[in-house]
Amino acid sequence: MKFLEYKAKEIFARYGIPIPRGILASRPEDIVDPPLPCMVKAQVLVGGRGKAGGIRPAETLEEARRVTGQILGMEIGGYRVKQVYLEERLPIAKELYLGLTIDRSAREPLLMATAMGGMEVEQVPRDRLFMEHVPAMIGIQPYVLRSLGAALGLAKETADQVAAIARKAYEIFRKEDAELVEINPLVVTSEAKVIAGDAKLVIDDNAEYRHPEYANLDQDRTSLEQEAHDKGIVFIQLDGDIGVIANGAGLTMATLDALSLKGGKGGVFLDLGGTDDPAKVKQAFELLLKAHPAVILVNIFGGITKADTVATGVKQAIDEMHAHIPVVARIKGVNEAAAKDILRSIGMHAAETIEEAAELAVKLKAGGI
Amino acid sequence: MAVLLTKKARVVVQGITGHQGQFHTRAMRDFGTKVVAGVTPGKAGTKIEGVPVFDRVRDAVVWRKANASILFVPAPYAKDAAVEAIEAGIKLLVIITERIPFHEALDLMPFARSKGVTVIGPNCPGLASPGQAKMGIMPNLIFKEGDAGVISRSGTLTYEIVNAMTQGGLGQTTCIGIGGDPVIGTNMVEALALFQKDRATKRIVLVGEIGGTAEEEAADFIQRKVTKPVVAYVAGRSAPPGKRMGHAGAIIQAGKGTAESKMKAFAEAGVPVAQFPTDVATLLAAT
Repeated sequence: MKFLEYKAKEIFARYGIPIPRGILASRPEDIVDPPLPCMVKAQVLVGGRGKAGGIRPAETLEEARRVTGQILGMEIGGYRVKQVYLEERLPIAKELYLGLTIDRSAREPLLMATAMGGMEVEQVPRDRLFMEHVPAMIGIQPYVLRSLGAALGLAKETADQVAAIARKAYEIFRKEDAELVEINPLVVTSEAKVIAGDAKLVIDDNAEYRHPEYANLDQDRTSLEQEAHDKGIVFIQLDGDIGVIANGAGLTMATLDALSLKGGKGGVFLDLGGTDDPAKVKQAFELLLKAHPAVILVNIFGGITKADTVATGVKQAIDEMHAHIPVVARIKGVNEAAAKDILRSIGMHAAETIEEAAELAVKLKAGGI
Repeated sequence: MAVLLTKKARVVVQGITGHQGQFHTRAMRDFGTKVVAGVTPGKAGTKIEGVPVFDRVRDAVVWRKANASILFVPAPYAKDAAVEAIEAGIKLLVIITERIPFHEALDLMPFARSKGVTVIGPNCPGLASPGQAKMGIMPNLIFKEGDAGVISRSGTLTYEIVNAMTQGGLGQTTCIGIGGDPVIGTNMVEALALFQKDRATKRIVLVGEIGGTAEEEAADFIQRKVTKPVVAYVAGRSAPPGKRMGHAGAIIQAGKGTAESKMKAFAEAGVPVAQFPTDVATLLAAT
C-alpha cells in the first residue's frame, strides 16, 4: 500500500513528526486561504514529480490557483494528477535524509540517514550514508540516535530534534507495518527547526488486514488490476500483447521470460495459485479476456492444482464469453490426459514444454499459423 | 542421505483439520513422513487420517515426541502458532503459510534463532528428502533419490525443474523451498552451506528470482566456500521495475534486484545459468 504525500504526512503528524502547514485541493476554486508563499505539489504515487513539473512555487492566492489549474490533469509517470497539496514554503538551511526499511539479508530493520538530503539516497556515496540495524525485538536504542547526530555533523539542538523524529519514524515503521518510511528532505530551517519536507510511506500489503482504516486508498493499479485485487487474484498488466496465465509466481515469471526469449512480450501476468475450483479458474480467465490479449498462453504444472480443473474453467470461460482468441496450453501433472482432451475439444494449441509453448504463442501472434 | 529432514523426524501438523492440512497430511505420509500428531485448538481428541489431534503443540511433544512442525495456519494466526511450536521445543519449523506480515517475520526469525530452531519459509513449498520424508506441499511423484541438492525461492517453478531432473535421471538429496518472502528463516547462503557440508550431495541447483540480493550473496559465497558444482536459474528477466511479481519478495526496487545483476553475479562465480527452466537438468547432467 502506497500513500500520497499528504496522507503520509497526516500519519506522520499523528505520531508527532513536525510537518509544514498545508491544504489539499482538487479544484482551483476550492483554494481560499493557502499558506503563502507556498509550493503547489502534485499528489501522485510515483516518483520524479519534481522533474516532471509537478512541484511549483506560488506567491499569491491567484498564482496558487493558476498553478493548481496547470498541475491538475497533468500526467506524471502514467498517472493523472487528481489532487494537489499546497504547502507553506520553508526557509531551508539544510536538507537531510532519514529512512527506514527492511534489510532482507540481516532480517532486521535498517535506519538510514545522510546530511546529503534532497537527492536520491541511492546516489549518496556510501561513506556519507549513516546505516544502522535495529533489532526488531529490542527496538531503537539511544546509542543509535547519538551516533546518528554525530554522523550527520549536527549541532546539539538540531541533533535532538532529528533523534526525536527518528524515534517516531521507527514507531510508525513498526506500528503501521511499513516497508518504507522515508523523509527526503528532512528540512532544517533557518530558525533551526527540523520539519519533514516530504513524506513517503509504503505499508506491507500482507498487513492490510491489520489496517482496515487504509482499505479504500487509491493505489497505482489499473482498473483491471483493481478488480483482480478485490477478487483476490494476482494479476499484473504489462505492456505486451500475450496474456500469460500460470500457477505459481515463479512459474508465471518463467513463462513470461520464455516469451521474451522467443521474441514475444507478455501483456498480462496472472498467477492462478493453487486452486481446485473451476469457478475460480473461470473468473481469472474472464479477467484475462477483458485485457484483450492477442494470444493467451496457459502454463500449468499440476500438483495440488489438478490439470483438468484448470482446463474445465478455461473451457467454461471461453464458451460463455464467446471468445475467439488463439490459446496455447501447456499442461503437466495430475490428470494431464483429461485436461488435454478438454482443451482439444475447444481447439486449443497444445505444447509439451514451456519453450515450445512460448514459440507457438509468438508465431500465433504474428499470424504465422 | 539428506539435509535438515530425514525419516527420523517426528512431525506435528499445525492446522491439521483444515482442508490443506488434511490433504497434505495424507500426501506426506504417502511420501514416508512420520506424521505423529496434529494440532488445532479446540479439536483435541479427534483424529485426522488416523493421526491424533491435540489442542496444544506441547501435548504433541509430550505424548507423541514430535520434534518438527509444519504450519498450515492462516496468516493472522501463524506467528502465534510458530511461537507456540518454538516454546514447546520443536527444532525444525516449516511455515507454508503465505501473506504473513513482514514485521511478524522480523520478530519471529531472530527469536527462532535464539532458541536454536531452524525455520523454513514462510510462503514456501517446504522440504522434501526423497526416500526419507517430506514436510511440504510438493507433488510426491516428481522426486527421485539422488545426489543433487535443490534450493528455491519458488514453488511450482521448482516442481517443473525437479521434474525435469528426475525425468533426466538426476535425483535429489533434499529439495529446500526457502520461500518467496523478503524475510525468511533460512536463506540461500545458509542452505548452500548445508549442502556443501552434506556428504551425499554432489551438486547443487539454485532457483532464484528478481528482488533483493540473495542470489548475489549466494554467488559470493559459492566463490569463497562452495567446492561442489552449482547450476542456477533466475526467474523474472522480463519483469518491469517497481512491480511486485506475485511473490512479496519479487520486486525490482531502486534499480536493485534485477535478473541481469543476479545472472552476472552467477557468471562471475562460474555458475552456469539456464535460459529455460528445464535446461537446468541438461546443465546439471554436464557437471
